[in-house]
Amino acid sequence: MAKTETYNIRLTVNDRPVSASIAAETTLLDFLREQGFIEVKRGCDKGDCGACTVILEGKAVLSCLTLALQADGCKVYTVKSLGTAENMHPLQKAFVGHEALQCGFCTPGMLLAAKALLDSNPHPTRGEIREAISGNLCRCTGYQKIVDAIEAVSKGAYR
Amino acid sequence: MSTDYSVVGKRLAGVDEKDKVLGNIVFADDFVMPGMLHAKVFRATKASARLKKLDVGKARALPGVACVLTAADVPHNESVKNVVGQTTEVGLLEAKHQVLVRERVRYWGEPVALVAAETSKIAMAALKLIVAEYEDLPAVFDPLEALKPSAPKIHGNNNVIASWKLRKGDVAKGFAEADVIVENTYRTPRQEHAHLEPESGVAWVDDSGVVTVRYAAQVIEHYRDIATVLGLPESRVRVIGTLIGGGFGGKEDVTVEVFLALLAWKTGRPVKLTYTREEMGYGRHKRHPYVLKYRTGARKDGTLTAMEAEIVSDAGAYVYLSPWVLIYSTVHSTGPYLIPNVKVDARSVLTNNIMTSAFRGFGGMQTVVAYEAQMDELAARLGLDPLELRKKNFLKTGDVTASYQEITSEVRLEECARKALEALGEKAVASSPRRKVGRGLACCWQSYGRMTYLHDTANCWVNLEMDGSAVVRSGIPDLGGGQRESLRAIVAEVLGLQVQEVHVISTDSQVTPLAGTVTATRALYMSGNAAKLAAENVRRIVAEKAAEMLGVRPEVLEFRDKTVFSREDQGKKLALTDAIKQCLFQGKVPQSLDTFRAPFTEPITSDVIKDPVFPDFTFGAQAAEVEVDTETGEVKVLKWATAYDVGKAINLNRVEGQMEGGAAQGLGFGLMEDYLEKDGLPLTWNLHDYLIPTSRDVPDIKSIVIESESGKGPFGAKGIGEPSISAAGPAVANAVRDAIGVRVSHLPITPERVFFALQGREKA
Repeated sequence: MAKTETYNIRLTVNDRPVSASIAAETTLLDFLREQGFIEVKRGCDKGDCGACTVILEGKAVLSCLTLALQADGCKVYTVKSLGTAENMHPLQKAFVGHEALQCGFCTPGMLLAAKALLDSNPHPTRGEIREAISGNLCRCTGYQKIVDAIEAVSKGAYR
Repeated sequence: MSTDYSVVGKRLAGVDEKDKVLGNIVFADDFVMPGMLHAKVFRATKASARLKKLDVGKARALPGVACVLTAADVPHNESVKNVVGQTTEVGLLEAKHQVLVRERVRYWGEPVALVAAETSKIAMAALKLIVAEYEDLPAVFDPLEALKPSAPKIHGNNNVIASWKLRKGDVAKGFAEADVIVENTYRTPRQEHAHLEPESGVAWVDDSGVVTVRYAAQVIEHYRDIATVLGLPESRVRVIGTLIGGGFGGKEDVTVEVFLALLAWKTGRPVKLTYTREEMGYGRHKRHPYVLKYRTGARKDGTLTAMEAEIVSDAGAYVYLSPWVLIYSTVHSTGPYLIPNVKVDARSVLTNNIMTSAFRGFGGMQTVVAYEAQMDELAARLGLDPLELRKKNFLKTGDVTASYQEITSEVRLEECARKALEALGEKAVASSPRRKVGRGLACCWQSYGRMTYLHDTANCWVNLEMDGSAVVRSGIPDLGGGQRESLRAIVAEVLGLQVQEVHVISTDSQVTPLAGTVTATRALYMSGNAAKLAAENVRRIVAEKAAEMLGVRPEVLEFRDKTVFSREDQGKKLALTDAIKQCLFQGKVPQSLDTFRAPFTEPITSDVIKDPVFPDFTFGAQAAEVEVDTETGEVKVLKWATAYDVGKAINLNRVEGQMEGGAAQGLGFGLMEDYLEKDGLPLTWNLHDYLIPTSRDVPDIKSIVIESESGKGPFGAKGIGEPSISAAGPAVANAVRDAIGVRVSHLPITPERVFFALQGREKA
């Protein structure tokens, strides 16, 4: 196979510096998973399901539709940046408390979509919540408890 | 009733949930091993053809390719299985399967060769170097065409692979007694499971020579299928199940595990295979599309007099579980109604479409589309309220169904239907003159537990550790429904522990006692009962010792908060750990391995179902309110309510979660989803052309949990996994009918179909 040209990138993931030499076509999703950030899920690789959502420079993006090169010099956050077992983020507590998940495969992306929403709009309506997570598919829950959980956090619960 | 439980029935925050929100779960594709190869599947691009030539030479020669396998390399490539309980009309069914195409291709996407390489990029490149040449063979794609004698045969001499019947009373007499008869033909879609996690796994040969496959397994007993294909003793194959990213029946039939095992066995190296989203489309079974021709008669007061149905399911190119799916359809085809005269003929037929098999609802739910539409059409013709008409005909405890099974648990259908309708509240006002608002109700029944002639069992092992914590070992996989969380709750309840004090080791075919499949809404019923039995036996061992130590009878002892105390004299108590230590000291180990057995019946010997087939049924209802745009045909779902008698909710959050998720998946079945093929060529591979409901398609869902405590599961539980989906599509279909006054009998109810229905034109 022809040798592909590689590029060096440096970024931070969950505030940890990461650098690598990558092929130009490497997606941010591939890059993150290869670097061990397996909490970023691959559901479709086509930008349809939202499971690979990460936060890039404050915005929820689909890492499967983002080139790793685009994240060069940027701050990327995965679900692991939200909280730890001892110190969970209110959204994480709410997702557990409301059982806003079943299989958990969409959960990392869903939590980050919810966080990006609340960061920019701390008191959304239920309609705005539904709009904000409409790019994140969930096949298990019917979304009811997810919307409930996000709404609860927006109203000050789980703080 | 309503016993005071300390754990069961609460809104429990499970242990697994925490790890899920923290991003700690190592799903199947997240797992890596040193030196691991990456696999890809080469698939046929013909729906019906003879494989004339297959050249894998160039692929094998590509640097970085470790292995390319064709049918010739598979020790036992073809398998023939006799399907238990198959009908006599068709003959003892020999379900033929091939791991890889040897000669004949029967559907587009059928696996032809396997590649394992150092990287998935190299494996992809190798696929492009494989040369396959085909000679087209006659094909058939319409199941009704496939029934004709002149149709091309997919396997053997008969495309009909299953045929079941109901015969009760005299339908001619019943229809003669009817004041009104409605007749219609309904069609249901080829639904895709669309779980978020693709099929995936890693296989290796361990240091004792055991072929080990760690994958998203809905059925860990597939280690036996792997052993058969490889020609190995079953003890030399191990399946380690992962926490699964959704299954719904999609991971019930064999997917990646046999391919993985073959490649690991041949190369001696770890191998990973993960399906792409497209491959989940064309490489795995779907829900059976059905054609259901129904004729139903009733008296003026709404009492049903007769029902006659012809049911045909499209099995696709391979048998898989189609005969079982069809027996579900047949038994459930009457709906939860007592009908004096019934005649049902159901057939499953092979075509060159993608194979169809297990999917939540399993043949039961397609029939709900027909029988609930018929009820509403009868109500409309008779000028009766849809619920009043249903109430006249609901089954009651003690009634005998048209498949000659007595209903032994409670039937709370009226309560479910009434509460679901009430929960919709005031009817919305249409947002513009061209829009119409309507609401629909659908009631259903759905069995839980497998067919009783399969003699289903589940094993479970429970022990208490010296620190008072408990360990549960159960083969049960967890699809995301909280299957292992339920066991935690049940054992915690029996032993007086907190859920955090119970650790569940699950889903490993060589470590955990086999508990059977997570299918057929059987997990809670079977493994839950097994866990309860084992926990009660452990409790008995400890209680006997504690009674001796306290000088009381074991029967008066209670276990709570790691304390054992006498109900009659609360001063008489001791720490659970002290009792356990005494047990161990005297060699009475607080552990138990138990087997729960479902009722066993004889295999069915007649095509006409005359004996009980299922352990019991769950009953429920869903109600939907929609707004239909009469200009564009667009249907907007405004409100939704779902009410089921679940017997007993083990974890209320999880039960509601099942009900809400089932409603949403059923909404997709009713309005959006159909896996399309054009002459066998799949058209909707991706989630941008196969659309599933998003958070904007699903309205707020009101869940109403009713608990009769009359089920056969632990603490009187029934099952809810499959029942939760069954009434959803039919409810929304009836709501559309109510809004526009015209029946759209072909699901999904797309804007196009609504538009043509309004114009009085049929559109396939």
